[in-house]
Amino acid sequence: MREQKVISRAEYRPDVIAKKSAFRFSRSSLCVPYGLFLALFVVLPLLLIVFYALTDANGTLSFENFIRFFSSPTTITTLIISILLALVTTVICIIIAYPVAYILANSKLNKGGTLLMLFIMPMWINFVLRAMAMKDLLTIIGVFGFNNYLNVVIGMVYDYLPFMILPIYTVLIKMDKSYVEASMDLGASPLKTFTKVTFPLSMPGIASGITMVFMPTMTCYVISDTFGNGLITIIGKLIDEQFTTFQNWNLGSAMAMVLLVIMLVSMWVTGGFKSEETRGTNL
Amino acid sequence: MKKFFQIAYIALILLFIYAPIFTLCLYSFVDSPIVSIQDAFRIGFSFELYKQLFNDQALMTIVWDTLLLALLTAVIATILGTIGAIGIYYSKNKFGKAVSASSRIPVINAEIVTAVALVLLFALVFTESRSYFSMLIGHLVITTPFVVLSVMPKLKQMDANMYEAALDLGASPFGALIKVVLPEILPGILSGFMLAVTLSLDDYIISAYTKPAGFDTISTYVYGAMAKSNANSSLPALRALSAIIFVVIILVVVGKNIYSRRRADK
Repeated sequence: MREQKVISRAEYRPDVIAKKSAFRFSRSSLCVPYGLFLALFVVLPLLLIVFYALTDANGTLSFENFIRFFSSPTTITTLIISILLALVTTVICIIIAYPVAYILANSKLNKGGTLLMLFIMPMWINFVLRAMAMKDLLTIIGVFGFNNYLNVVIGMVYDYLPFMILPIYTVLIKMDKSYVEASMDLGASPLKTFTKVTFPLSMPGIASGITMVFMPTMTCYVISDTFGNGLITIIGKLIDEQFTTFQNWNLGSAMAMVLLVIMLVSMWVTGGFKSEETRGTNL
Repeated sequence: MKKFFQIAYIALILLFIYAPIFTLCLYSFVDSPIVSIQDAFRIGFSFELYKQLFNDQALMTIVWDTLLLALLTAVIATILGTIGAIGIYYSKNKFGKAVSASSRIPVINAEIVTAVALVLLFALVFTESRSYFSMLIGHLVITTPFVVLSVMPKLKQMDANMYEAALDLGASPFGALIKVVLPEILPGILSGFMLAVTLSLDDYIISAYTKPAGFDTISTYVYGAMAKSNANSSLPALRALSAIIFVVIILVVVGKNIYSRRRADK
């Protein structure tokens, strides 16, 4: 019988091990610079928001900012309007985007992804310029000014639609088509196959789309300012005013903290913590 | 019949998406203060707005400043994010998990919250809270996590044995990283870079809160111009600028498509 000998790496290439211990280079230490960056410029600033929100102008602990926020009818109305506007925009985006994504993923029209490119291309144009273009078009055809809320919803749907199409498309194209075939083979109608198989399987895409549309539409005041004739205020604008016009950073921070909580809740509801990975990969 | 409805629907939505952009391009040849059909017929078509744009020194400076900021942001974000992603991927301890979790915050957070949070920090640390540095940091905060998000899937797809094989064949850990891991994740790094450029160019809120006085990006400038003009229209020269940006983007996208298709054919 031949004698078997296991050659360890140390024996085989002793210099490698020697080098390793001299260098003390470990791959996990690579996340130190990024970790420091995040601690300094992401985590610390958020802690500052919490600190400012829970103190008054003199720096003493108080809940005054939150009491002011929740007792003022103006801020509460603004918050509700923002949520409603964001909800309406998000729902319209889903209704428009789902069939687009479905057709693109399932028909021969989108050969080689060319048609998809057409839907995604506007994302690369500066969004303020896109808003300007839509506003000009609405003015030309004479629709602008019927109703400020209608203007804002059109503007928001226009700017955020690609962000809904893309994640739904990504999920649909990656979906295992044999599920659909199996459902049909087992006698389900096309409609039933869609409602029982395709649609539930595409939920992660919808959830990812919601996280990309809902939060920005609630807070990005650029659209509401330019399309609402200055008459529609959303919660993002309120925070902006506290920081720029009124210089009440404590109240502004309290509002930002309310937004943070809403964000966490909506993440939890849509399961967005998991789905956000599709965001980076498919843009 | 089904196909007809599909084509009709796709065409309708494409019309919704492109009608404003084409209108803007069309009116970039009409030198009128506001966009209206009467003016188009009365004034006629000319390159007047393009002349105005290129003679507008302030506007040209803004365009170059915006591009420069986007490139600088993207280069730093790509380096920081790629190193960060590799670190997160290989670290199994709590620190790595904490880095990964806090990397998600800027992605899901509302931009205005990120912006005011940075304002609070810079006001606390610097006497002059708004500078090119603060703006660069702001842009890095919103772009770097996306670089991490685009590099991460490539790391997961990579065959983990390759790194080990490189070590066994005598490469140093650092050398293995550069010569084996880096080429594998390069597509993710490149798309992360492009994403960072796009996000930086697109940003309004972070720039508005962190930019130094007297500095403007395209976004802050256009927003300012729209807010100032009470007429329902935009600064005319901006139409020419948008048209140019749009044409450049079409060329880049079409070029990239042709390139990747040729490569696929080979």
